[in-house]
Amino acid sequence: MNRLAALRDPALVSALAEEIRRTATRPWTIMEVCGGQTHAIARYGLEELLPDGLELVHGPGCPVCVTSAATVDRAARLAALPGVVLATFGDMVRVPGSEGDLFLARARGAAVRVVASSLDAVRMAAEDPSQTVVFFGVGFETTAPAVALAVRQAAELGLSNFAVLVALVRVPPALEAILSGPGNRVRAFLAAGHVCTVMGLEEYEPIAARHGVPIVATGFEPADILAGVLAAVRQLEAGEARVENAYARAVGQRGNAAARSLVLEVFEPCDRDWRGIGLLRGGGFRLRGPYRAFDAEERFDLPAEAPRESGECIAGLVLQGIKKPHECPAFGVRCTPDRPLGAPMVSTEGACSAYYRYRRVGA
Amino acid sequence: MCLAVPGRIRCLSGEGLTRTGEVDFAGAVQTVNLSFVPEAAEGDYVLVHAGVAIARLDEEEALATLECFRQLESAVREDP
Amino acid sequence: MTCPLPLDEYPRVVMAHGGGGTVMRRLIERMFFAALDRGELGAAADAAVLALTGGELALTTDSFVVRPRFFPGGDIGSLSVHGTVNDLAMVGAEPIALTAAFVLEEGLSTEELWAIVSSMAAAADDAGVRVVAGDTKVVERGHGDGVFIATTGLGRVVAPWPVRADRIRPGDAVLVSGDVGRHGMAVMVARGDLAVESDLASDCACVHRAPLALIEGGVEVRAMRDPTRGGLASALNELASSGGVGFEVRETEVPLDPRTVAVAELLGLDPLYSACEGRFVAVVSPEQVDRALEILRSVPVSAGAAAIGEATDDSGRVVVRSAFGTRRMLPMLSGEQLPRIC
Repeated sequence: MNRLAALRDPALVSALAEEIRRTATRPWTIMEVCGGQTHAIARYGLEELLPDGLELVHGPGCPVCVTSAATVDRAARLAALPGVVLATFGDMVRVPGSEGDLFLARARGAAVRVVASSLDAVRMAAEDPSQTVVFFGVGFETTAPAVALAVRQAAELGLSNFAVLVALVRVPPALEAILSGPGNRVRAFLAAGHVCTVMGLEEYEPIAARHGVPIVATGFEPADILAGVLAAVRQLEAGEARVENAYARAVGQRGNAAARSLVLEVFEPCDRDWRGIGLLRGGGFRLRGPYRAFDAEERFDLPAEAPRESGECIAGLVLQGIKKPHECPAFGVRCTPDRPLGAPMVSTEGACSAYYRYRRVGA
Repeated sequence: MCLAVPGRIRCLSGEGLTRTGEVDFAGAVQTVNLSFVPEAAEGDYVLVHAGVAIARLDEEEALATLECFRQLESAVREDP
Repeated sequence: MTCPLPLDEYPRVVMAHGGGGTVMRRLIERMFFAALDRGELGAAADAAVLALTGGELALTTDSFVVRPRFFPGGDIGSLSVHGTVNDLAMVGAEPIALTAAFVLEEGLSTEELWAIVSSMAAAADDAGVRVVAGDTKVVERGHGDGVFIATTGLGRVVAPWPVRADRIRPGDAVLVSGDVGRHGMAVMVARGDLAVESDLASDCACVHRAPLALIEGGVEVRAMRDPTRGGLASALNELASSGGVGFEVRETEVPLDPRTVAVAELLGLDPLYSACEGRFVAVVSPEQVDRALEILRSVPVSAGAAAIGEATDDSGRVVVRSAFGTRRMLPMLSGEQLPRIC
């Protein structure tokens, strides 16, 4: 689509940056809660184009980063069970659990397969009844429909050798947690565009109203991101606090009805431990009653073990936007993509990894 | 999070949960599940995440966005 | 030429093919010698004896385990020749001879093996190099991935000056011989696990005629690198690290095939980290850029050559300047790129 070229046009990007500069009269702190946006901002160096005083903070938008170490450990243990193959998105493979990552688990003999879609996992199970395929269901609401679809397909096919380790997370409780945190400086949010594509904008209205913060649904191309920032700055300057849609070509007020409907049929909100942040009420999804037969944790008896986290890792503070990655004493020294202490250094979307890989180079 | 890529539906078949299509992403083609975009037809652009289409891209909105950007660009240029 | 080993005899590799006896002998003569012998191999001695005149020699070793074994644009056989010859070319050497050791898995189809070996022979002839020694081993089914090939390459250094990273000076120009990242993406597509179709073919090729043309044309090439695993980004990082310099690359100047970009975007991968097998990076003095590009563009394998950036004194750091004028680091990859959904 050469629309993409138009949205990456340097003249347009420059004009948007200029308009932001002209509009902002005061310092503002805006948080984006989407690893894909963290990635894009870092990759295109968009922060360099913003005026001093306008701070873009990278929030816990990386489902890979917030998946608990205990869950990663469970995934590794499932993969090591005889007759089980763990199908996972590539993103999760290098996230450190207590005993290394899934790569290491595979080297130790566990069956781990990288798939590009949850539906591939269903296919694997259908094609080989002799093995049980456990799909590692990590992701935000963007991914929930694909996981729900996989479960429904498995149900319709009557597959008894398919299960899901559910680690889905929900954005709105995270926004609440950040806004309620002590010392919060965030005055506006860029909402994750593709989460909104699925779920719509309604869930954000009460948050914007209760906390008085603008929430702008934003896309991923350079022009989209700057347009989202501009919309947020305009609201902040005008003292407004609305939910706004700056990604109308992909986001509708109600989201994708078919996708939402399937998600809510297969899953229900539940409490979820967000790595580095803590337990968030309603922060995750779990399988509803009729589908619990597909829950890997119920099907396999896994011993509960206390996960060991690095004492040095300050992922929580980074994810909440309280500290920047380079403010961590271990950053780039004892914690690098080669030897990550925590998840945000591993995931390409993680704030620490983005900082490390795309570090802003001094002018 | 949420790498979702726009692509054009080349052809489609099936219904309900197994509605699938071949989607062309600027030359790379993938088989994609289309059950969440029942209104999408051959030739439409869809946004695809993890092998599943999560939205039909609204052509009018896309054009409106580009027009809006064009206007902003001229406004900024004319007013140094 | 069809497979000279009668298929009704052994349509598949069996353990006896590695046993040292007559079965192995037949395989070697009718398969390897038949395809690859250009004078030395057929003598079947324990080692090849070569008469070489003075000057410096270059020696390299490489191993090939690519999966799938056949992919659009090449196969493990042609790749083994190209990869080895290219390594020699990167130090300013012209290739003289190769060795090839095969580890075959019991059960490999002999027809497929013939296709691989013929492809190697064609690649070697095209590169003007001979395979002079070889070895064959067979491992039990399940203990090898079809076929592994290990090579060594011997070359004669023709560059009158050392071609080494420590000769790079800040201000030197960085050239690349053509569009990057194609091999890595083509092989990923060819593997089939990611259910992507594309008509993207690997860039797998011998590049040696291009650096040799530069040297012959009097261009003083400071250093060269072929961006294989880890792609352009890794090659530049390696040069930066060995050379004690930095690089600044202009993103808009890096040649990329749109099909490479399409596959990469779909899988969430970065083409700058995707492997090439028929490309190289050359660093030359700024005064010689135009001449170097002229020469490169006149050689078919480097017809798409472009100047993409400069060496800097920011030791060890590779930086990319985006279309927006912003800059970011292009660090070494820690492992391999994996497709992502996030």
